[in-house]
Amino acid sequence: MAETQVYKYTPKDFKSDQEVRWCPGCGDHAVLSSVQKALVELGIPKEKFAFISGIGCSSRFPYYMNTYGFHSIHGRASAISSGVKIANPELSVWQITGDGDALAIGGNHFIHAIRRNIDINIILFNNEIYGLTKGQYSPTSTKGLVTKTSPFGTVEEPFSVGELVIGAKGKFFARTIDTNVALSTQIYIEAAKHKGTSVIEVLQNCVIFNDGIHDTIAEKEVRDDRTLILKHGQPMTFGKNNEKGLILEGCKRLKAVKLGEGGITEKNILVHDALEPNPGIQYMLANMKYPEYPVALGVIRSVDGPTYDIAVQEQIEGIKKTAKIKCMDDLLKSGSVWEVE
Amino acid sequence: MGKKSEVIEREEVVVRFSGDSGDGMQLSGTLFSDTAALFGNDLSTFPDYPAEIRAPQGTVGGVSGFQVHLGHSEINTPGDFSDVLVAMNPAALKANAKWIKPGGTIIYDEGNFTEKNIEKAGYEKDPVKEEKLDNYNIIAAPISSMVKEALKDFGLDPKSVLRTKNMFALGMVYWLFDRKLKYTEDYFEKKFRNKPGMAEANKVALRAGYYYAETIEALTPTYKILPAEIAKGTYRNINGNTAAAWGFMAAAEKAGLELFIGSYPITPATGILEELAARKDLGVKSFQAEDEIAGICTSLGASFAGNLAVTSTSGPGLSLKSEAIGLAVMAELPIVIVNVQRAGPSTGLPTKTEQADLMQALYGRNGECPVVVIASSTPSDCFHFAFEAARIALEHMTPVLLLSDSYLANGTEPWRIPEMKDLPKINPPFADRTEIPFLPYKRDDDKLARSWAVPGIPGLEHRIGGLEKTDKGTVSYVPENHEHMVRLRAEKVERVANEIPGLEVYGAKSGDVLVVGWGGSYGYLLTAVRELQDEGHKVSLVNFNFINPLPKNVKNVFSKFKKIVVCELNMGQFADYLRIKHQEFSYEQLNKIQGVPFTINDIKEKCIKILEDNQNG
Repeated sequence: MAETQVYKYTPKDFKSDQEVRWCPGCGDHAVLSSVQKALVELGIPKEKFAFISGIGCSSRFPYYMNTYGFHSIHGRASAISSGVKIANPELSVWQITGDGDALAIGGNHFIHAIRRNIDINIILFNNEIYGLTKGQYSPTSTKGLVTKTSPFGTVEEPFSVGELVIGAKGKFFARTIDTNVALSTQIYIEAAKHKGTSVIEVLQNCVIFNDGIHDTIAEKEVRDDRTLILKHGQPMTFGKNNEKGLILEGCKRLKAVKLGEGGITEKNILVHDALEPNPGIQYMLANMKYPEYPVALGVIRSVDGPTYDIAVQEQIEGIKKTAKIKCMDDLLKSGSVWEVE
Repeated sequence: MGKKSEVIEREEVVVRFSGDSGDGMQLSGTLFSDTAALFGNDLSTFPDYPAEIRAPQGTVGGVSGFQVHLGHSEINTPGDFSDVLVAMNPAALKANAKWIKPGGTIIYDEGNFTEKNIEKAGYEKDPVKEEKLDNYNIIAAPISSMVKEALKDFGLDPKSVLRTKNMFALGMVYWLFDRKLKYTEDYFEKKFRNKPGMAEANKVALRAGYYYAETIEALTPTYKILPAEIAKGTYRNINGNTAAAWGFMAAAEKAGLELFIGSYPITPATGILEELAARKDLGVKSFQAEDEIAGICTSLGASFAGNLAVTSTSGPGLSLKSEAIGLAVMAELPIVIVNVQRAGPSTGLPTKTEQADLMQALYGRNGECPVVVIASSTPSDCFHFAFEAARIALEHMTPVLLLSDSYLANGTEPWRIPEMKDLPKINPPFADRTEIPFLPYKRDDDKLARSWAVPGIPGLEHRIGGLEKTDKGTVSYVPENHEHMVRLRAEKVERVANEIPGLEVYGAKSGDVLVVGWGGSYGYLLTAVRELQDEGHKVSLVNFNFINPLPKNVKNVFSKFKKIVVCELNMGQFADYLRIKHQEFSYEQLNKIQGVPFTINDIKEKCIKILEDNQNG
């Protein structure tokens, strides 16, 4: 191993020479900048990063990063980044994807990458719409949404990203909002440090086809009341003055309450435990929707577990130790062979 | 062991073991062929089994067979007609009766020829009569009752006892061909290491069969097939799937790279994934993907990260991989896609062979999307062509599609083991650390291959992807640039022709008829053409392994023959391809779409007809 080295990067070092072509006002710009800020903090040399994307607006991301990058085909980024990581576990592999790319055409690869717990970081840009194809509904579009392919409103239930991740045995799930650069940067750092598949859902705004879809919770005047930023080990409070919080009602559901009302004190408020392997409460947190609840942001679940890429490596190393066959010549001559004189 | 009354030397003989799919016929056949190989015969085998693991017992649809063709002379096919048929039930006789040589030997298990089974197989009463086999050497052996008797003191349950029937039958066949039992007995010792009772029971059944055949003098005269004259060296039996898997491992070793296979199980290609999954001792990374698409996409990721990447599949899976092959073409990453062809379309006849994915391999993608296409032609040369496919992919930075088929994948033949030192070193065009800034689509002048900058190297950070790029690697929608890049990618594949061998002509370099084949029909075509040559006809053969690009001497070779007949197991895809690539010739066709290989007769008849038309015309 090389000796520990300090890499003095600035976010600029991670900017490529390509002109960023997202629409002015698109949430993607902020995500790009948060990621570039986060990478600076990781102490990983620049050449060890690989950014892999599928198809969609967000998937142009790798072109704007001065790292190794692979812009692939629709839905397949989870499979391609899995291959990259298994082939070279020393790389820090980042998958850039969207709600259509990851949850519709790429749903199968997405859930299986998570199930295997391959050590990749998946940033899922969720704008609840197909942007690149100009405005069709996606698997996360709210039921009833009117779009070009649902002129009378959709009739199907959307996926909740967190619910799907936890159902697929996910061990790391976090949620952030594109515009909250400080929170996003912190989450990307935590995701990078987590060993295993990390999924970060970014509530991202498509300024053209679904503008303001997250405004109800994300706008400055309301966000403190309508979102809850989770911190491991801290009570789950929210509101401008942390005057609100979450309690567990009847041991079966969460309830948003006001401190001081109905005899509720800080002692009644749930404390966030992202490390708890049992996903029960994390699952409820991931599924909270406004107006009944604040929308949970931050790291909702972060549980350690064996990763696929390391397990493959260890299995090979273990078998090699006692193997009789060390090279191809050994294999070619093994088993039933005979000589012709 | 007993003396035989009369022994006749034969050049070659075909034996077919046939029974219910649970009767253990594949094992009997394999042990018989291994014994023949150790004895020094040349041979070729082919298993023929139903798609259902256990089809309804006693029905023709559930018959599983294993054919062995062994000889004193060179053997190139598993043979068309069998000299000896082992039929464990009436259905096995029904399925194979028309494939027995006139006057051949049929060993059947009398105990299984019950009224019910006879009816189930579609006979009325007397299968031998109904098949008009009276002049054949029929041996009605009470196999079931004999094994029950032989193993009565073993304390085995009746099911286990009956499971040794295949060994009793095998023992009989060993006697017919004067073979030693040692290899088979050693096999039992190894296989039942922890169940000495079962090892002994199988041995007893095997010997009981052998002695039974001796007692009844099952065959007069008996056959003797002397060892073949085979080139000096160390040999082993190998099937096409294992050979391909080993070819990839050999290429990885020669390139100094790790081998990665991402694949999804599919008949008849699964053997490649299984073999590579077992080779952790040689560091192979095998990934059983969630679907065919993930199979190729994980491989493509591994290729981007610097491994020798392979994915294996069969026709339906190739359809699913098409888009990702296009990405590999655009990203110019090395990858080998193996398509072990089976009879289609759709699910088709999944356990049967066909060569009908050629056009799919050549053209089955969106856009102008050329890949190198190679086809192997014998079970053992799957090693060589897998190695070559990997070498070309790595050195030319291109996807290579390797075609095999069900017949090659499952067929076996003796193979002279190569030594690794005799295989060429593989030199991928790794990017130089001084190429800063690194331009991913800059090419070498000779092959037009771009450099391969593997993530992890400082200063070579770059982006690739499915969007059209300029030479410098930036995304471009400029019309002229697109045409320029399309032509460059095509030219890169075309230039592979500079280093592939020219067509080899089997027989005279000029003549009346040139038989043209490709891939797995080779053995049948060669045998037929040799027989025609022996009969005095001016017929020669070429068999293509390199399909795209074609060898450079095609025109030269074709122009020396009066007629060209393209023989393939499809409706004429290669013939049509040649019509595109070499319009100056006219092509006759021999096609078969029955899920089975040609017979020697199919080919000879066609050639003789062309020869006659030649004379008359």
